[in-house]
Amino acid sequence: MEILMAFVIGILFMSATYLMLSKSLLRIIVGTGLLSHGAHMLILTMGGLKKGAAPLLGENAPSYTDPIPQALILTAIVISFGVTAFFLVLAYRAYQELGTDNMDRMRGTEGND
Amino acid sequence: MSLLHLAIISPFLLAILVPIAYKLFRQIHTGWFVLPLPILLFSYFISYLSITSNQQSVTKSFSWIPALGIDFTAKVDGLGLLFALLITGIGSLVVLYSIYYLDKNKEKLNTFYVYLLLFMGAMLGVVLSDNLIVLYTFWEFTSFSSFLLIGYWYHREKSRYGAQKSMIITVFGGLSMLGGIILLYLMTGTFSISEIIAGSDEIFSHSLFVPALLCFLLGAFTKSAQFPFHIWLPDAMEAPTPVSAYLHSATMVKAGIYLVARMSPVFAEHPLWLWLIAGFGITTLFWGSFSAVKQTDLKAILTFSTVSQLGMIMSLLGIGAAALHFETVDDSYFTVATTAAVFHLINHATFKGSLFMVAGIVDHETGTRDIRKLGGLMNFMPITFTLAIIGTFSMAGLPPFNGFLSKEMFFTGMVRVLEMDIFNLDTWGFLFPVLAWVASVFTFIYSMILVFKTFTGKFQPEQLEKKPHEAPIGMLISPIILASLVIIIGFFPNIISNTLISPAQAAIMPVEGYVYDTHIYFWHGFTPELFMTLGVITLGILLFVTLPKWRRVYDFFPEKLALNRFYDSMLEVSQRASFNLTRLYMNGFIRTYLVYIFSFFIVALAATLVLKDAFKFDTSDVATIHYAEVLLALVIAAASISILFVKSRMTSIILLGAVGYTVSLFFVIFRAPDLALTQLVIETISVSLFLLAFYHLPKLRHEERMGFKMTNALISVGVGAIVTMIALSAHSNKMFPSIAQYYVENTYKEAAGKNMVNVILVDFRGFDTMFEITVLGIAALGIFAMIKLRLEGGKKNENK
Repeated sequence: MEILMAFVIGILFMSATYLMLSKSLLRIIVGTGLLSHGAHMLILTMGGLKKGAAPLLGENAPSYTDPIPQALILTAIVISFGVTAFFLVLAYRAYQELGTDNMDRMRGTEGND
Repeated sequence: MSLLHLAIISPFLLAILVPIAYKLFRQIHTGWFVLPLPILLFSYFISYLSITSNQQSVTKSFSWIPALGIDFTAKVDGLGLLFALLITGIGSLVVLYSIYYLDKNKEKLNTFYVYLLLFMGAMLGVVLSDNLIVLYTFWEFTSFSSFLLIGYWYHREKSRYGAQKSMIITVFGGLSMLGGIILLYLMTGTFSISEIIAGSDEIFSHSLFVPALLCFLLGAFTKSAQFPFHIWLPDAMEAPTPVSAYLHSATMVKAGIYLVARMSPVFAEHPLWLWLIAGFGITTLFWGSFSAVKQTDLKAILTFSTVSQLGMIMSLLGIGAAALHFETVDDSYFTVATTAAVFHLINHATFKGSLFMVAGIVDHETGTRDIRKLGGLMNFMPITFTLAIIGTFSMAGLPPFNGFLSKEMFFTGMVRVLEMDIFNLDTWGFLFPVLAWVASVFTFIYSMILVFKTFTGKFQPEQLEKKPHEAPIGMLISPIILASLVIIIGFFPNIISNTLISPAQAAIMPVEGYVYDTHIYFWHGFTPELFMTLGVITLGILLFVTLPKWRRVYDFFPEKLALNRFYDSMLEVSQRASFNLTRLYMNGFIRTYLVYIFSFFIVALAATLVLKDAFKFDTSDVATIHYAEVLLALVIAAASISILFVKSRMTSIILLGAVGYTVSLFFVIFRAPDLALTQLVIETISVSLFLLAFYHLPKLRHEERMGFKMTNALISVGVGAIVTMIALSAHSNKMFPSIAQYYVENTYKEAAGKNMVNVILVDFRGFDTMFEITVLGIAALGIFAMIKLRLEGGKKNENK
């Protein structure tokens, strides 16, 4: 399973990178979204998969899945949501003000920074 | 911390209070608040005369950074005290003069006096500290305050240019000096000047000795405006005249001379020291005096004159170093050069200080400093005229003024070079007296130009902005005091010979158990020096009278000195080169920066994997795969790849949502219920936010064409491959046992919670969560600001 996940993560990172390198601001935002999914899966996979029951003591299981990656990812999900939301509104406002979502055209010129 | 330390830092302390005084008492000229300090310091330092007259010194130490061997050790000896008296004495007169020179209603006096006090404190620190690092710190402070003062009228283009030039050149020298200090430390293991001098015999043959010597000389030459670094001083004249009189003639530019004098006991044994200092000094003397003749601005004449006089003092110190090589120091036959150097240092401060003030008065009362426009002012400004006569005649080396005495001694020193038979002086040594004599002729000529072109000749009222009249008495006090000193020292030179000169000499060339004794005589008999002076006067008068005929000789060199052009083009080239270099990689495209980041990511991680031999592939300890999981993996892969190819924005948002929901399904499978829930909620909100944002956005006229870029594809494949390899290696290399067991055991015991993930978030790692909330809050504020608040420019756009 971990091997399969490693490749899934690789694909997520690859698509994310390609999107972030494009000109359109929207595609860059979508790219960051994919990137954070990839990162979350990476953290989870590194901790080992399906090592036991869900990390709830009420399960009374002989072994539990590692809770630490989950705690980290939980924080990361919320933060990445904040970043995405901020980014989106930024794109929205930039589009309103400048009439484009093309990063190349938004580029500040001499004396215009 | 002693009273001596307090005296050094007191100008800094007062500098803090000056702006307050300026704000509170606008009606009183801020200078009056500053004036008491230099006077007080001057009288305080006078009290040290009794100690240094016996050629003794006082040392007060104050531990600063003991771990690095840096102590704020203040040492008052003959040389330091001489400079301290110059700094505070001339400082008092300059402050008094500036009160009348700078209009309290027009100028920003608070900044002016803050800079001036900064300089005063820094300069005192330079001449009174025994620790080289402390000296260096204060040294750079003088450069900075000089920069600020030159750029005081910063709205003038030339002021900014001059300030920048002086900064670049002097700080360059300062850095080189720092290099010299470090080299000395490597050789001796101490920063204390006294200790370095005590151990100077041992370092003489060290391989770093010559580099250290060169570094120090570079520092001294740039600061003291020696050829070819003198080019900053003429541009420094954009500073207000009190500053020119103080920093750029009497004190700061002499810091280089101070450094040479101070380090002489360390370096003077080496022939390079003599050759470089004497050679550069005499060249500067000649070039400065020659250039001064063709200037038309009063201050420019004085500046080039300062350059040449600094060269003269420098060359004397160089020749004086040769005296060390003769065992016959006792009869002080060769030490006359050093005596002349110290003596002329004092004299120069008096007559040049008064002349700068005179130039300032002329500028202030007529509105111009151009000698082509001036003339015939004698009748309007009799007192100023008298002061100018005293100053210039002393500068030209005429009796009975003090300049005559030191000029005679200078000739003596130069003539004696002929008798030295060390370091090949017998072959090239004759150049010294020759150049000295020629330079003195030029000095005579420009001195005469200075006084007679301004005060005699035809009066041209139509050329002047103001109707000339005598300066207010307050402005005249300072130059009168300096001019009286010129005369007093001229008639009674011996009042300073054993109080100031001999102690300074003892500090420059300390000889164990020897007490210097200086006597200065007016009349030496019919010596070569006397004939040289007579020759200077005769030829000088002749050339001055026939000046127009010689114009073309003086203008032979182009108006813009080649050196200046070199400086300008160097500055321009380096600016353009660095600009182009920056533009090369900082091109403003976000994509380029991301390419750098990702490429670095790939290279750094791949290199680490290879170098550390970290890549491993181990399939022994893997979890089982259910066919549904393979399906989910395929969904993620397919969705994320197809995002790359879809054109419509809506489709890509939906595909992103599909990836997100699949990820939350994976969380379910991987026994992470909390994650699955959170992901589900967040994904829903994100997608709706995306849709909301793009619902409000007007439709793009045409969807951006998405060309396929090979580099982008390669980089992204690289990133994907690297991350896959890291994931595989991380799975295969288990270096440490998991710390998960700790939480399994303690979650309930310590925090009384059964959901481990929740307990970790709110209890074990509570601060983490708190900051996470803070980040969200900041993001929310940012979003709010972007949506609700409009900048002025934005409003205008909307109204259109």
